Amino acid sequence: MTIELLLHILGVVVVASPAVLFSALGLPLLLGFHLGEGVQATLTKTAVVAGFMASVGILGVMLTFGLRHVPIEFGNWVAIPQEHFHFHLKFVFDRLSVPFVILSFLLCGTVGAFAAVYLHRDRGYRRFFLLYALFLLGMVVSSLAGTIETLFFGWELVGLSSALLVAYFHERPGPVRNGLRVWATYRIADAAFLIAALALHHLTGAGDFDGLMGSGPWPYGVAAIDSTSALVVGLLLLLAAAGKSGMVPFSGWIPRAMEGPTPSSAVFYGALSVHLGVFLLLRVSPLLEVSLPLRIMVVLLGLASAIFGAIASRAQCDVKNALAFASLTQVGIITVEIGFGLHYIALIHMIGHACLRTLQLLRSPSVLKDFRMLENAVGTHLGVDTSGTSKPLVPSKIWLYRFAMERGFLDALLNRWIIFPFLSIFRFCDALEKRWTNLLSGGNSRESDGLAPYGDSLEDIT
Amino acid sequence: MPEIHLPWLGLSILLPLIGAIIASWMKDSERAKLLSVVICSVTLLLACGEWADFALLPSFPLQDQGPLFRLFNLNSFFVVDEFSAPLIPLAALLYLATVLTTLRTKVNRFSFKWTLFSEAVLLATLGCHEPWLIILLLAVGVIPPWIELRKRRQSTRVYELHMGLCLALLILGQWLAGPGASASNPPILAGCLLTAGALIRSGICPLHCWMTDLFEKATFGTALLFVTPMAGTYAIMRLVFPIAPTWALQSIAILSLITAVYAAGMALVQHESRRFFCYLFLSHSSLVLVGLEMATPIGLTGALCVWFSVGISQLGFGLALRSVEARTGRLSLDGFHGLYEHTPFLANMFLLTGLASIGFPGTIGFIGTELLVEGAVDVYPMIGFAVVLAAALNGIAVVKAYFHVFTGTRHVSTVSLVCRPSERVMILTIVVLIIGGGIYPHPGVVSRYNAATALIKMRDAGEEAATEINHSAN
Repeated sequence: MTIELLLHILGVVVVASPAVLFSALGLPLLLGFHLGEGVQATLTKTAVVAGFMASVGILGVMLTFGLRHVPIEFGNWVAIPQEHFHFHLKFVFDRLSVPFVILSFLLCGTVGAFAAVYLHRDRGYRRFFLLYALFLLGMVVSSLAGTIETLFFGWELVGLSSALLVAYFHERPGPVRNGLRVWATYRIADAAFLIAALALHHLTGAGDFDGLMGSGPWPYGVAAIDSTSALVVGLLLLLAAAGKSGMVPFSGWIPRAMEGPTPSSAVFYGALSVHLGVFLLLRVSPLLEVSLPLRIMVVLLGLASAIFGAIASRAQCDVKNALAFASLTQVGIITVEIGFGLHYIALIHMIGHACLRTLQLLRSPSVLKDFRMLENAVGTHLGVDTSGTSKPLVPSKIWLYRFAMERGFLDALLNRWIIFPFLSIFRFCDALEKRWTNLLSGGNSRESDGLAPYGDSLEDIT
Repeated sequence: MPEIHLPWLGLSILLPLIGAIIASWMKDSERAKLLSVVICSVTLLLACGEWADFALLPSFPLQDQGPLFRLFNLNSFFVVDEFSAPLIPLAALLYLATVLTTLRTKVNRFSFKWTLFSEAVLLATLGCHEPWLIILLLAVGVIPPWIELRKRRQSTRVYELHMGLCLALLILGQWLAGPGASASNPPILAGCLLTAGALIRSGICPLHCWMTDLFEKATFGTALLFVTPMAGTYAIMRLVFPIAPTWALQSIAILSLITAVYAAGMALVQHESRRFFCYLFLSHSSLVLVGLEMATPIGLTGALCVWFSVGISQLGFGLALRSVEARTGRLSLDGFHGLYEHTPFLANMFLLTGLASIGFPGTIGFIGTELLVEGAVDVYPMIGFAVVLAAALNGIAVVKAYFHVFTGTRHVSTVSLVCRPSERVMILTIVVLIIGGGIYPHPGVVSRYNAATALIKMRDAGEEAATEINHSAN
């Protein structure tokens, strides 16, 4: 067996394992069969272990033979040769994607093992694991994407599964509203990403990262576009990354995602989802090299996010929110590192931070329980602040405290200046339309506005 | 012109017509439904036969030389080409799905005879090339919903005014255009009138209110069947596309784009599920028009792909919503209904079909939307950005509606709300098409690319012919 064939087989296993898992969990649901909890957990474990082992195998082969760039070609998914249009399915194993995909398998595997126990007999067990498989598939595809379209494919899968996982306990309006907020933020980021991808496609004539970022292996590629184009495209990608990683001004979604009651969902957003944006910046880092203003923007955004996260995390009154903003601080610092061109440091920082945060977030619910058990055993309160009454705060510090407590008023500002004006315009148009149809109809044209939600139900009929 | 092996098109028009006549004699709605299901199933098979026959034969376009058309000397008017070949089975599927998923509680409100009649008229429209005949069939197609509105004692004025204006503009435009019109010798006034008429039928902003009014006042099934086949868009492709200059087509594209963004925004603020669906559909159908009017191979291919994907996914989405409505009554989107636990299948299908319509990865619309956006960016970059914006807003609207209908609270029900077998079969069929087309999109895209190039060639041929006529006249 040649090395190329071995790498191809391992590459197929890495990509196929989450896809097969998603199909294996989704098809029975579609056909009305019910898989038991044990079967689902076993399928999940098998797929994750297979993918993880295959990706570690690829790393081993790459290290043994000194390979730095291993493309796995699946050919054209769609091609119109006459119009030079092709949707190329290609996955790339390199120094960026291999660590990230191993990290994804490792953390998702941990979360899967945790959730299989944590969600035992939960009503949404099947739904959780189906979304989990979709999330894993999205992470793997995003990590290994060799073309910008494929990256977008994975990016969207991560977005949808994240939003639905945030709304996991969907019998309550709170998680649902948060899920919708996350989804709306992601859609804005996705739109920016798609526009950037199209612009890149037009500027370079190809969607392959090889063509976009030069022929050298990551991170030594040289982008084949001029600095002005790089700035425009880079800003769009920065917007996409900011939305996905919850950087300023989109940071509101991370604590909302953390409200979800499963520690496993907290792991997704504290450890994996938030790093997808910075992963994108790392992937397109040759683009940053071309434009100094773009690098400055990246550094400034990273700094703003890091400082904001540091301030906000100090005033949060629950552990998940504090950890969420602490994550934001680290993501901001990683972004600054990318802006300064410290690619390997950023990559190591990202991996280290994701592992640490996973440990913290999985441990946080049980540490509180352990703490109370310890207090009960000792018979007294532990760790009580004995420093006496706190000093009165000066006005500037009160303002800073409020700023931190209210998470920088960012959500309120977005609501007030973007969402409400936008919706108000369309509500106004809706009212105008109603008046217009009333006029044409010569009476009330919208009787449904006055109907009770269940006025004509099957239950009433029976 | 060569002919197809069997008179598929003639039979698929004739059969629903006969079915409509038989159904009109039936007093029992249940039996009428059963008959309609059988007729629609056979019609779908015939339509699929037409598509398969068309795909197997090496030359096209093809005529249907069946006795029905020979009898009235209509052979040359009914022609199957790359553009219309898959639209006919799609339309037949729309009717079968709607009829099959009509629950027992709704059979007395839904007119099966008029539905079968509409199907015959729609299939005839989609197989027709002759402009005057298309206009006549569009006019006939307007009648069944109007009769239903009258029977339900609803105000028909909004519908009458818009459809009347639409038909008047089409007739006047076609009369002014004459037989020698082409893209290089465009009859500007006639083109404008034809365009305005067809755009009204497509629900272009600000003359779209008839569509929301129809969804408000007619049964969901009738409204769904009247708008989902996009007969107005078909009329634009047959009546306007061959004779309009490029600048005029791009102007239509901009109007359509404004409608797409406007409707996407309006879908976000709707309080009622049917109106939400209507705006969502309007946004998507306008996006199809955006691509169609780009008149570039990529844009046109994308639009034709999106047409197909929107047809299937919006049908599935509409049916899922209709099935929920059949159990709960009209749904308000102001609060949460929490129906997931009772109808998880419908909930999943609602989400899947809704996401498919916005071109979510892995679904049938993904590649089509990519092509559409790419084609739009080729012509005007800002149009491409606006298409992306509309798709983003539609995506938010779909998930918002899903959350409001299926989550947010726990619905307590004393009766089972689970999916009926007929609903399950039909929605599963649609899901297979959505996922199958998403995983293996290449044949569909190639077929639509061929249709796009054929349409552009037809337009170019028209231009050349008109130029020759002008030279000889000079």
